Amino acid sequence: MKSQQAANRPDNTAFTQQRLPAWQPMLSAHFVIPGFLLIGMAFIGIGVALYITSQNIQVLEKDYTGTGQYTACSECADMQTIPCICNVTFSLTTLFTGPVFLYYGLSNYYQNYRKYQVSRDDVQLWGDVTKSPGDACAPYQYIDNKPIAPCGSIANSMFNDTFSLYQIINGTMKLVPLDGKGIAWWTDYNIKFRNPSAQGSLQDAFNGTMKPVNWSKPAYELNPSDMNDNGFLNQDFLVWMRTAALPDFQKLYRRITSGDYALGLPPGDYVLQIEYNYAVKDFGRKKVVFSNVTWMGGKNEFLGVAYIVVGSLCLVMSVVMLVVYAKYKFADENA
Amino acid sequence: CYLLEETRRLKANDREFNQQYNYATNAIKTSKYNVFTFLPLNLFEQFQRIANAYFLFLLILQVIPQISSLSWFTTVVPLVLVLAITAAKDASDDIDEKWMNVQVGDIIKLENNKFVTVQIPVFLKNLGCQTIERDLLFLYGCSLQVICNYLLLYIFPGVVDCEAPNNRLDRFTGTLTYNGQKYSLDNEKILLRGCTLRNTEWCFGLVIFAGQDTKLMMNCGKATFKRTSVDRMMNILVLCIFVLLAIMCIILAVGNGIWEQQEENFTTFLPRQDGVNAAFSGFLTFWSYIIILNTVVPISLYVSVEIIRLGNSFYIDWDRKMYYARSDTPAEARTTTLNEELGQIKYIFSDKTGTLTQNIMTFNKCSINGKSYGTETEKVDFSYNPLADPKFSFCDHSLVEAVKLGKPEVHNFFRLLSLCHTAMAEEKSEGNLLYQAQSPDEGALVTATRNFGFVFRSRTPEMITVMEMGIQRNYDLLAILDFNNVRKRMSVIVRSPEGKLSLYCKGADTIVYERLHESCKRLMDVTTEHLNEFAGDGLRTLVMAYRDLEEGYIEDWKQRYDEASTALDDREEKLDELYEEIEKDMLLLGATGIEDKLQDGVSQTIEQLSKADIKIWVLTGDKQETAENIGYACNMLREEMNDIFIVAGNSAEEVKEELRAACLKMKPDSNNDDVTIAKGILGKKLKVVEDEPVNGEYGLVINGHSLAYALEKPMELELLRTACMCKTVICCRVTPLQKAQVVQLVKKYKRAVTLAIGDGANDVSMIRAAHIGVGISGQEGMQAVLSSDFSFAQFRFLQRLLLVHGRWSYLRMCKFLRYFFYKNFTFTFVHFWYAFFCGFSAQTVYDEWFITLYNLVYTALPVLGMSLFDQDVNDRWSFQYPQLYVPGQRNMYFSKGTFAACVVHSIYSSLVVFFIPYAAMYNTVRNDGKDVADYQSFALLAQTCLLILGLEMNYWTAVTHFFVWGSLAIYFAITFTMYSNGMFLIFTSAFPFIGVARNTLNQANVWLTILLTTILCVLPVVAYRFLLMQLQPTINDKVVRQTKASPPPPPRRTRIRRTSTRRSGYAFSHAQGYGDLMTSKRFLRRPPAGRTAAFSPPSRSTGFLPTSRSAGYSPTGRQPNHAQAETSLEMYRAVREA
Repeated sequence: MKSQQAANRPDNTAFTQQRLPAWQPMLSAHFVIPGFLLIGMAFIGIGVALYITSQNIQVLEKDYTGTGQYTACSECADMQTIPCICNVTFSLTTLFTGPVFLYYGLSNYYQNYRKYQVSRDDVQLWGDVTKSPGDACAPYQYIDNKPIAPCGSIANSMFNDTFSLYQIINGTMKLVPLDGKGIAWWTDYNIKFRNPSAQGSLQDAFNGTMKPVNWSKPAYELNPSDMNDNGFLNQDFLVWMRTAALPDFQKLYRRITSGDYALGLPPGDYVLQIEYNYAVKDFGRKKVVFSNVTWMGGKNEFLGVAYIVVGSLCLVMSVVMLVVYAKYKFADENA
Repeated sequence: CYLLEETRRLKANDREFNQQYNYATNAIKTSKYNVFTFLPLNLFEQFQRIANAYFLFLLILQVIPQISSLSWFTTVVPLVLVLAITAAKDASDDIDEKWMNVQVGDIIKLENNKFVTVQIPVFLKNLGCQTIERDLLFLYGCSLQVICNYLLLYIFPGVVDCEAPNNRLDRFTGTLTYNGQKYSLDNEKILLRGCTLRNTEWCFGLVIFAGQDTKLMMNCGKATFKRTSVDRMMNILVLCIFVLLAIMCIILAVGNGIWEQQEENFTTFLPRQDGVNAAFSGFLTFWSYIIILNTVVPISLYVSVEIIRLGNSFYIDWDRKMYYARSDTPAEARTTTLNEELGQIKYIFSDKTGTLTQNIMTFNKCSINGKSYGTETEKVDFSYNPLADPKFSFCDHSLVEAVKLGKPEVHNFFRLLSLCHTAMAEEKSEGNLLYQAQSPDEGALVTATRNFGFVFRSRTPEMITVMEMGIQRNYDLLAILDFNNVRKRMSVIVRSPEGKLSLYCKGADTIVYERLHESCKRLMDVTTEHLNEFAGDGLRTLVMAYRDLEEGYIEDWKQRYDEASTALDDREEKLDELYEEIEKDMLLLGATGIEDKLQDGVSQTIEQLSKADIKIWVLTGDKQETAENIGYACNMLREEMNDIFIVAGNSAEEVKEELRAACLKMKPDSNNDDVTIAKGILGKKLKVVEDEPVNGEYGLVINGHSLAYALEKPMELELLRTACMCKTVICCRVTPLQKAQVVQLVKKYKRAVTLAIGDGANDVSMIRAAHIGVGISGQEGMQAVLSSDFSFAQFRFLQRLLLVHGRWSYLRMCKFLRYFFYKNFTFTFVHFWYAFFCGFSAQTVYDEWFITLYNLVYTALPVLGMSLFDQDVNDRWSFQYPQLYVPGQRNMYFSKGTFAACVVHSIYSSLVVFFIPYAAMYNTVRNDGKDVADYQSFALLAQTCLLILGLEMNYWTAVTHFFVWGSLAIYFAITFTMYSNGMFLIFTSAFPFIGVARNTLNQANVWLTILLTTILCVLPVVAYRFLLMQLQPTINDKVVRQTKASPPPPPRRTRIRRTSTRRSGYAFSHAQGYGDLMTSKRFLRRPPAGRTAAFSPPSRSTGFLPTSRSAGYSPTGRQPNHAQAETSLEMYRAVREA
């Protein structure tokens, strides 16, 4: 009978009655001020560590655009002689601790421009050269109705300067071995990119396709010295295809890890011999960068400084809040 | 849609016959769609909404290759989801709500006091009186059980021809063919859906219209579509956002044009398409950015708002503290789109009877022959009287003793009460009496009299049977001198079994006193004192008097009376004259005090609401005294108020004078032109009458007839201004139209949210006119509830509805909106900043899948968690501090200001979210020397930062914990999945971000960047809030702080004793009495312990119609029935159209 009468009575649960146990963070002084203090100190600690680490990274940058302020490679800048070889020399007074990484850097180069960035065909790069390249690749889609492999602006504009490094020891040039293996992401090399498969050689696999317009060699001949470093799996190609987020960027070219240079570049004079092919001088600059890395990656002072600044601000804020709190606390409690 | 139906023909009990016409069944549905039309129709409707159309437009932009900056799925997925959710909601709204399997042509039985739940008009049994009387009488005579009645009715071979379904409540035409004879059917012979059966235990009916076709449903389409102020605000903001969007896109388009110009040499590597120059590229970029930045107008906004409102509506339905056990009625949110407005109410317009009061009267005190009874505290034992009503209690033994001793004046007093009324008695079994009284007052008096031993048992048109102290006596009823608003009294003329002729009269004190015999002078003084006492206790009073009459005189009088009652001209006047003539030189018997019980907690609720700065205006059809009395009783008017102005002028000038005087008294320096100035300056702009502060507290009581003048154009501002200066406003004797007009007036000139609460049909117009209408689901029928937005059983639940549910809903909605705009602006602005670093090429910062899923998946649950679970303080604290309600009234949580702050905040956050990763990743590499500053890694970093920002919460229930951490987990799970080898191998082109998560999120500097970004976004806000709390704590901060310091307050259960010395009104409802019904010749003659019978002469059908109420609002008191439902609807329409 009772239940009959109360047929419409709502359920008594914490949810329906909005009585769910809850935790409500309160911005109380006991919580906020020490919080700021702790965060401030922690951040300063992290910041200092980052900063020192960053300071310990050695970086050597050489602009070789050949125009303007830096004149290295100016003889090649007009792009008249092809190929044009130029030298950039530098000397080290201390050991450049290894492993040393050699990067090329481009600035004001908009790899992140949308039309540029979409101008590729991931399916093709995954080994399917028989299909017609995606429309996004236009105008580097076809030549004479034959598909371009790899198609698109990114591939077409692949960076094609080459570098070789020599140490000058007693007037003779000693080649520093540059290691070009494993400079791309593992996932790019093993999964994202794939060479077309065919009976026979790689060249057969690319049969029926055209090389990109700007390329001097077809994809399967990118690295004549290493048969496995060709086609879509060429390491330099992979690195290039991972487009940069910002208009100033640097990309890994080689590592110096072997031979006499496994521990780094010893003090001395060096010559970087550059085959100057890549034309950016009309809109940007190019440079070459030697750097080593730490646990926090490459040289970037910003993060350390930012942590220190934010940490300091936190400390300042905690003092300000303490003052305010002390001043208003009592007036408040009376209210 | 129906085929046009011109007439309807149906056979009783012949479903097969009736089915061929395909009449609507008794399922109420909005029935817009069927299975096949649903999809196209629904989609068509949905795309008519501007937001959806906008997204369709975006979708079209996206398939243009030159413009497309995002894959199609980024828009399609949310759009489809939104459309699907809306479609599902529409479909569920559209699904049949089965009531009862009743079809046209069925004969059904209705029971007393039940709403006509089968939702059909029924043609009625007063047919029984006219046409099939014999059958029905035969049934009564045989005392057959109900089941037999069914059997006989089952073969009832009537055929009805009637009009097609229409929405006219006051009209019905048709004929019944039965046994070869035709009987006409008119409006008085049908029962409409939604009405309540009264005064008879049951009746039979034949279903004529069902479901959709019922007149009530035909009327329902007229309900206005209400929008909340947040809605309106949102619309304005969306427009602003569109402008912002356009500005941003123009800036970026121009930027693109310039970039294309300057960086022309980059075309070496990225040749332009044919025919695209810098300017055209800029133009295309404009559209591309429209697509990318469309997230500032998030598609999910409207859907989310709806879902949140729906959720908060369910909380109202589920609230046990708004459930009324006695009538088993839970609160109901009938409109699910107005919740947050409940947190912004500034004005409440309340009906009185049944809303503030229970509409249940109890006989509390009486004064007989100069002695006052009912002042003790111990309850009287009525066991000596076998016919006593066990529910009745009275607290004075001396009265019982007096009755037992047989004091003649006491007997006479109760005899009067047992005879002078228009109640009807039902005796289901011996001694089990049930009175059906026209007004609760009468019911109370007759019940009291019954307990004291003067039991009214039955009546016929000519006779009243009363058990007087156990002896049955039959009084001849010679005349009923009925009640009306002018007479304010009623009398009966009876002949006792001994043959003594008497006139018994009861009425308002002032009226009856004028007609007393001089010899009563001394008694009058004593009784007056008692009356004052009763009134001081807030009781409604009546004075009783009698007069013995001569046989000869009465014969003469009766003859003239009969002539007058059949007169064609001036019938009323002639009768009045006759009444005046006989109702004089009466002898005073005594007085009664009846308590019009306030509902529980009314005064406390009103006190709470006024603490929350809500102004309560009572709009009642009652008389001024009654209304004032209630005003005192529920603490709206107080003795200590500086002044209470009464406006009762009978001409426009008088009313204006009174208003002006009141205004000057409250604010002596107020100048007369204020109101006109406000009008003049603002000109065409929305006119707003500002609140003017006054010293002291004032009350305003305004009469219906004065209100009519005051609501006229030139004076309405004067009225509003004066009324708004007063703390309390009571409008009495108002018509439903005026109720609506008052609401409209406030709505029009005050930038404030209004709420109207009522329980009767006369409140419908007001309920519909106000921003929010609340219906009390009480005894008055369903009409108020049906047109309301929220309904519950008791007035006191209003405080919970507003102070708890309303406040929370508002808080949640505002928090949601602020958060939602913040979240999406931050999201979008990052794109804006990035444009400067990607050649304005409409490149996105984030992965396209992230863009697709950001609102729909990653942040949906935290948003939902916040907007369904967030509380600043719990309900007890909300009651403890009604002031917490004030920010809502002032729109403080979501206004243009807060929106601007929100934009600024998101600009800051977006700068942080973009530039910190930018600077941290600039020319850096992984710890193995490989690339980490590539586009995809940067995208992942930025979006992760953004997402973590989006998970900020203030109130953590277990569910929100789950939602927040769950969302974060889902984010990482989905991200790793989408960037996994498997997904790439299966959908190569759709998931190009393969491996990014693995290669990026294992880097220390990436995590340090995320940490830095988050801290940099969150800490300034924390510091700002903390300082604000210290320097300028809001009421919320204070209360929240206190909740931490002390345990929650106990639920308050204080009853405020009222201490009023006011004179009371008289205890009558203000409608015409039942007099002519009682003496009607059609009145069914029955033996004293009669069978239950349905009777309702054609002249009257009080109590059988949906709009009837005991205290009618009609100033004339005539025909307070269904005709008026139509009028109120019509009046309402007139108001709306005006």
